[in-house]
Formats: sequence, C-alpha cells, structure tokens
Amino acid sequence: MTEDHVDKQRRRFLTVVTAGVGAVGGIAAAVPFVNSMSPSARAKAAGAPVRIDISKLKVGQMLREEWRGNPVWVVRRSEEMIESLNAVEDELLDPQSSVATQQPTYVDGEFRSVTPEVLVVVGICTHLGCAPVQNFAIGADSGLGEDWQGGFYCPCHGSKFDLAGRVYKGVPAPTNLVVPPHRFEGESTIVVGEDPEGVA
Amino acid sequence: MSRILTKALEWVDDRFPLTKTWNEHLAEYYAPKNFNFWYYFGSLAMMILVIQIVTGIFLTMHYKPDAEKAFASVEYIMRDVPWGWLMRYLHAVGASMFFVVIYLHMFRGLLYGSHQRPRELIWLLGCVIFVALMAEAFMGYLLPWGQMSYWGAQVIISLFAAVPYVGEPLAEWIRGDFVVSDATLNRFFAFHVVALPLILVGLVFMHIVALHKVGSNNPDGIDIKKDKDANGVPKDGIPFHPYYSVKDLVGVVVFLIIYLAVVFFMPEFFGLFLEKDNFLPADSLQTPSDIVPLWYFTPFYSILRATTEDLMWFVRGLVVLTVIVAFIRTSNLAGRGAAAVVGAAFIIATFIYAPKFWGVVLMGLSIVALFLLPWLDRSPVRSIRYRGWMYKAALTVFVISFVILGYMGMHNTSGYDLFLFQNVVWAQICTMTYALFFILMPLYTVWDKTKPEPERVNFK
Repeated sequence: MTEDHVDKQRRRFLTVVTAGVGAVGGIAAAVPFVNSMSPSARAKAAGAPVRIDISKLKVGQMLREEWRGNPVWVVRRSEEMIESLNAVEDELLDPQSSVATQQPTYVDGEFRSVTPEVLVVVGICTHLGCAPVQNFAIGADSGLGEDWQGGFYCPCHGSKFDLAGRVYKGVPAPTNLVVPPHRFEGESTIVVGEDPEGVA
Repeated sequence: MSRILTKALEWVDDRFPLTKTWNEHLAEYYAPKNFNFWYYFGSLAMMILVIQIVTGIFLTMHYKPDAEKAFASVEYIMRDVPWGWLMRYLHAVGASMFFVVIYLHMFRGLLYGSHQRPRELIWLLGCVIFVALMAEAFMGYLLPWGQMSYWGAQVIISLFAAVPYVGEPLAEWIRGDFVVSDATLNRFFAFHVVALPLILVGLVFMHIVALHKVGSNNPDGIDIKKDKDANGVPKDGIPFHPYYSVKDLVGVVVFLIIYLAVVFFMPEFFGLFLEKDNFLPADSLQTPSDIVPLWYFTPFYSILRATTEDLMWFVRGLVVLTVIVAFIRTSNLAGRGAAAVVGAAFIIATFIYAPKFWGVVLMGLSIVALFLLPWLDRSPVRSIRYRGWMYKAALTVFVISFVILGYMGMHNTSGYDLFLFQNVVWAQICTMTYALFFILMPLYTVWDKTKPEPERVNFK
C-alpha cells in the first residue's frame, strides 16, 4: 500500500470521530467510579432523625447527642441567659440570623429556637468543622474577657459564639452555628432531623 | 563459570535492554564531578520511598481499616505483633524524614537554579511528586484513627467545603459521609496503600528519566555537556557508578544513623512526629484543645490561618503588585490586557467571597507558586555562587519566612511565641514575604548583578 492512495481528510475525520466517541465512552465509564464515592445508602440511612429526651436537663445545662455523626447540643437556657442574648447583639456578625442556610424558617431569628428556653444547634464550628466547647462562665472567670456573657468557644481557631450559636465579629467563622430541623414531641422529647408538623 | 554468565547476559540482552539500561543510567551516565553535600537528598528520598513501601506492606498485614478496629489494631501492632513496633516507628518516623529530605532536596534546586531551562520539566514533575506526597502523608495520618487523625482530616476536608457553590457536596463526596467516618477511613486506606504509592513510583520514574535526558545540574550551574573530550564524554563528568553510587552510600549511612537514632530513642520526636493527642482514639463529639497538623504541613496551614479580614487589603495589594510586575515584564498589549483583567477580576472577587475561602486559595497558591518558578526566575546564571546580592537576600528571607510560618502553624494564633508580635501577625508578615519572593522574582533576578560563570566546574 502506498501513500498516494491515502485520503488524508477521511483519515483525519475518522481519527477525530473515534477519539470523540472514545472520550464519551471514557467519561460514561468514569461516572460509576466517581459516584461510588458518594455517601452510601447506609450512610444516608444513618442520617435518620434522633429522639432526645430532655426531661432531666436542668436549667442552665447542656446535653450532647449525636445526629448524622455530628454533635447536637441542647441547652435549656435560664432567664439570665436569654437576657444576655440582647446584651451581646452589637458584637455579633449576624444577630438577626439573616443567612438562610443556617437555620430552618420556623425558628426565631434572635433566639434561634422554637421556644426561647430550649436551644438546639449542631456543635460544629462553621469555620473548619471543629467542635467548639461550652463556656457558660460570665466575665473574667471564663478566660475570654470581662465582657463574655457565656457561649461557645472553638479551640481550633478561636471562633466565638453566643448562647444562641450566633457568631461574634472578628473571628474566623463566617456564619452562625447551624440549627438543625427539629420538633417537639410532647413536653420533653425533641426529634432532631424532622420539621414540625404543618411545615413543609 | 564466567563464560556461562556472559552467555546468560547475552541471552537476556537479546531479549531485554539490561546492559543498555545499566550503562545509560549508571555506568555511563556522566554526572558533574563537583556534586556536594546538597546532592545526597535525591537518592536518599528514593531510599525512603522504598523503606515506606516495605514497612507499609508489613503494616497492612496487621492493620484493620475499620473505624471500630483501626485504633486497636495499631495498638496491637505496637504490643503483640513481633517487631510490629519497629515496623510502625520506621514508617511513622520515615514519613517525617521523607519531608525533611524532600524540603532539603527542593532547597538545593533553589540554591543552584536546578529549575531553570532545560530542567523545567524535572522541576514540574518534582512539584507534582511533592503534592502527591502531601496527599499520601495526609491520608496515612488518618489511619491510626486517633483524635488528631480524625480532627486533622475533619479540618482539611472542610477546606474543600469553603469553595463557593460546589464546596459542601464536594466535601461530602470526599468523605463519603456527612462527617469523617468509617467510609472516609476505608477510602483513605485504599488511596494511601494502593493508588498514591503507584502514582508516586510512576512520577519518580519520570522524574529520573527526565533528569537523565538533560543531565544533572551542579553547584556551579554550568552545562558540562558543552565541553567534551574525544570520546564524547564531558570533561567535567564522571560515571554515576561507581563514583556517585559510592558517594551516596556514605550519605545513606549517615542518614540511617540519624533516622534510626530517632526511631529507637525518640520516635515521637517531642510530639512533632507523633502527636500526643493521637494516642487517644478518635471521638467525633470532642475536639482536642488544639488541632495542629504534623510539622511538614504547618507552613501552609499557617498561611491558611493568617488569612483574615485584616489581611485582605494586603492581598489586594499583592494582586496590584503582580499586575505591575506583569506590565514591566511584558510589552505586548494582549499580555498586559490579560494581566489587568485577571487582576481586576481577582480583586472584585475578594470583596464577594469570605476570607475563609481566600485562606484556602492562598494556601493553594503558595504551592502553585513553586510550579511557576522556572518561568519567574529570569536570571542568566543558575547557581547562587554567581548570582548577586538580591537573589541571596530574597532566598534568605524566603527560607526564614517558611520556617517562621512552620513554627507559627504549631502554635495558637492568639499567643505570643516569638518576640514583638502576636503569632497571627507574624504569620501574616511571613505570608506576605513568602508571596513577594515569587511575585518580585521576575524583577530582581533581572536587576541582580551576576558574576561571570567559570568555563569548568570547581570545588568550593
């Protein structure tokens, strides 16, 4: 076979078409591999709602539970704690909870809860995912300065949150802590991961 | 006997290029005769890679990649497996020593201009190896499933979540779950043990093939191939084997003395090689009081943490400076226009996205900058011996910045662990000087007054 009879244009066309079809096939074949790394059905099932019994939770105390592998905090706030939320407002980045992704629509923007007394938040810092620690001491005893009204402090990068999980100004965390979907079942049980009835 | 061996070799050589390969890469690979101390680290890095692979294979015989069992299986290796403690300490200390050697190897490149033409591709492959090695080390660190393993992974994977729009699903995809969990451990095991070692070995192979194609640089930075004798052998070249294979053997012995001293007498190395929080099993509900990555990541981690709202104006300043440098270096309109548009887009974006995202970007750029080095360095000479004061000063500042960044990455940002300033301020200053080393390089390497290079290599 000599080069004279080669139709260069036809050859180029066939090369491009073959490569193109091959590339499409390659991408299609990659899809199952890439998708196999997404959360499995079991991981998703583990995201099922959890029931938290708060009947033994005393005023001013906090309870830790696990939901979707994340720590969920339940705080029964005292009168003073609720009042402190107003006092710190000027130092907060987003006191009215305007970032929609951080809480469901049915919680109050300021208290960030269904009822002012009971706060439910995901205990994961919105900066880089550390678990902040509770520091409910007030003033200099807390080690966080004279003005500290109680709240949460992230040991990783120094982010501070108030008793409604609202982030302070000038810290690395960009948004308030996440309030998970939750509803009350009777007086003393909270279901985390489910919206209240009647809310879509 | 020897006739039989010769026959056997001939038989093989007819079927596989054994003698040819041996000659091309060892017995007749002519390397400059003036290699000094800094030229030990390439071969040492290869040896550590082998040590890591071998000890790793023996560790996988006993380790269980299961969130319920992983921590206990490491304790089992330490206590019950015969010589298990040795395998584990060799592997854990080996990881840190790998980075010691790699950082010195990279510094050698900066000293003698080994990144310059015609060795750009060797440098690029080396940078990819560095990134792959960081991924390998990071994923390996999750496997013991201690507190620091767990929370370190949590923080680093959350970095991806800082990317606008796709971040959260991306982080979920990497973890395979909503938090770091058994799924994450299992896949990191697969990457650490199978995927990345294969990639690393392949990259190292290409790194060496590329090196042997263009030939080794040397402390004088001059091309020895320009001056050859009647046989076509560079006058300043000596065969790699036996000259450098024997020299490297000395390096290996000294290295092993240091490495094994650490393995036997201080495997934790004051909490730097094995952090104390990692002796506690992972607990997803409680963060250690201070999350610190291993020392070899701290310079980059420091840059991440240094990027706060206060730094953003300085970052914008750097962007403006970069555009100015581009304007000075390029005279054509298209190039200048592109620089201005990209710079402006960058600055506008800094007002849209939060500093958290820019921390991730700056950290990424601090590594990307290394890749660009061959094109940023415009110096007519390679070696620091013939460069002027500007490059020497810049390199000194860069190394000091890198060390301070590394030191600050191990300490709380709000503390005062160095004189004068708060830790975060030191990290911010050094982030700036780190960036300036690269951004200003196209200027100072041209302005610098260089000395004439010698005709032949010399020993200093």
